[in-house]
Amino acid sequence: MSAKVGYRKERLDRGIKARTDDIFAISTYREILYLILPRVFVIAGLLIFPLLGDFTGVYWQNVIVITCTIALLALSWDLLHSVGLVSLGQAVFFGVGAYITGFLAQQFGLPPLVTIPLATVFGALVCTMLLYPVLRLRGVYFGLITFALPLLFMRIIETTKVLGGTEGMSGLPALPSIAISLYIIITITLVCVFGFQRLFETDYGLVLKAIKDNDRSVIAAGFNISWFKAQAVFIAALPATFAGAFLTHHYQFVGIPAFATDYSILPLASAIVGGPGSFFGAMLGAFLLVPLSELLRDLGTLRIVIYSVILLIFVVGLPEGLYPYLRRKYFQFERVVSMELEEGGK
Amino acid sequence: MSKETILEVRNLSKNFGGVKAVSEVSFQLKRGEALGVMGPNGCGKSTLINLITGFIKPSSGQVFYQGKDITGIAPHKAVNLGIARSFQMAKPFYNIPVYKNLIIPLFSPRVRKLVGGKFGDRDEAAIHLLEDVGFERDSSIPYKAAGSLPHGYVKRLELARCLSLEPDLIILDELFSGMSMSEVASILPFLERLRDEGKTLIMVEHRLKELFRVVDKVVVLNFGKKIAEGLPEEVVQNEEVRKSYLGSEVDSSA
Ligand SMILES: Nc1ncnc2c1ncn2[C@@H]1O[C@H](COP(=O)(O)OP(=O)(O)OP(=O)(O)O)[C@@H](O)[C@H]1O
Ligand SMILES: [Mg+2]
Repeated sequence: MSAKVGYRKERLDRGIKARTDDIFAISTYREILYLILPRVFVIAGLLIFPLLGDFTGVYWQNVIVITCTIALLALSWDLLHSVGLVSLGQAVFFGVGAYITGFLAQQFGLPPLVTIPLATVFGALVCTMLLYPVLRLRGVYFGLITFALPLLFMRIIETTKVLGGTEGMSGLPALPSIAISLYIIITITLVCVFGFQRLFETDYGLVLKAIKDNDRSVIAAGFNISWFKAQAVFIAALPATFAGAFLTHHYQFVGIPAFATDYSILPLASAIVGGPGSFFGAMLGAFLLVPLSELLRDLGTLRIVIYSVILLIFVVGLPEGLYPYLRRKYFQFERVVSMELEEGGK
Repeated sequence: MSKETILEVRNLSKNFGGVKAVSEVSFQLKRGEALGVMGPNGCGKSTLINLITGFIKPSSGQVFYQGKDITGIAPHKAVNLGIARSFQMAKPFYNIPVYKNLIIPLFSPRVRKLVGGKFGDRDEAAIHLLEDVGFERDSSIPYKAAGSLPHGYVKRLELARCLSLEPDLIILDELFSGMSMSEVASILPFLERLRDEGKTLIMVEHRLKELFRVVDKVVVLNFGKKIAEGLPEEVVQNEEVRKSYLGSEVDSSA
């Protein structure tokens, strides 16, 4: 009747979670290091990248610019999602930011230093006012409106021939150098990630998050949720309109492609693959999907197939998203321990 | 000792298509009074509450609060005037820890104004409120996501959310539904204390025995109409009320 010996996995959690989900009782400097190391790694990596121009080549520097652009759009998507608004048309923010910049640069000959901030803020205002009437729509209905908006803008510009029509506006002022461009967009991306993260830790952010869970109870707590949602849309629009404004000067061109579906789909895919709700996830997703799609570019038509399969694998295999998964694993250790099995037990 | 009227409802009606959910209902409530609203299922109790609190706009009639006409007011404005209400189908903020559920009302315009812009510690205030409604301070429950709360606790949290707004008028829509006998028994003294402290209360309730321990007077609805109003012991003797309830419930609690 001797007991058999079996094995099971034991799980240990790092970062002793005390009482709440957001207070960590940290015991040693090693624990602290363990917590901040991934951030330091990411920040340092991104800040060093622009210095390695000779090594990486202009092509990959451009890829990182696009990656950050999509990351910014994905962050914007994630913030909207956090208040329960599912956007299927991030391109509208991008395009509005891009066209305002182009217009300001071409009509008034303003330099990027002026056009980009102006277009970012003013574009976000325009988008907020555009979406304000449909903020009370939920889920798919809001999504459909946002999906239609970029297409609408494309058609308007095409048929009325305003803002350069199908030709677009070219020969706009360039940014000083690719290294400076990289620094600007990388810094903005990092500021947004950490900024949004912090925003959602404040009481104000808590209200935004609560709107998604149960808007009725937020009203019953005395908040005007239309007004709060409008604020959320404005904040969410900022990185996206910035991305449009920035890329306009980067390409020295703005045209109908600014409203292209790519700018809606890629951010959405990035946020979903990375894991919505964490902001880091949205950024991680963009840094995975955009370079990947570049790597697959040589494969021609097969590219879309492989790309879709990879997307599918992620969405089906890791429904919680890549970032939450990695984070969980990072704070968990598994070790195999022996255990006694009862006779007849498994 | 005439106290001021805090709430007056005048000929309030609401039609949903052909259905008269609330029809020509009038009553008054003085500050410090506790009013019970009763009536069979579907008689319009929740609709009446929604009309008063602005969640539904009335088809006709008026609502006066502290002498002001607030008919059809935006619901968040009613809250900031001091009317707090609970929902029959209470839902917490699932993804937010239980005590943080209360940070949201504690952060509301009304509370921020009452405390004069500065607020010591919202977390501490939230934990206190939870204790008041029967959460154990030293358990881990207040720190878990509210999605994992058992139903009885969801209702307590709903009550705490109302109280956190420091309301002048508290409206509770079937707070006891879904609570066990013992849970109701444990929350009752707290409600009685609220009444004794002079809070103005409206309670919609099916559990009459418990309701009558708290309220001073009741309004009875049937098919959207007010069929009786008065002291609990008077109302249960009313023939029409007995008929609407088919006897049983009223008998057992009288
Ligand atoms: N939004 C709505 N649209 C259409 N009809 C409604 C709506 N809300 C309520 N009703 C109808 O109005 C009537 C009153 O409903 P109400 O929810 O106010 O009843 P109640 O007294 O609260 O019932 P219960 O005791 O079951 O909570 C019912 O016939 C109901 O079907
Ligand atoms: Mg009801």
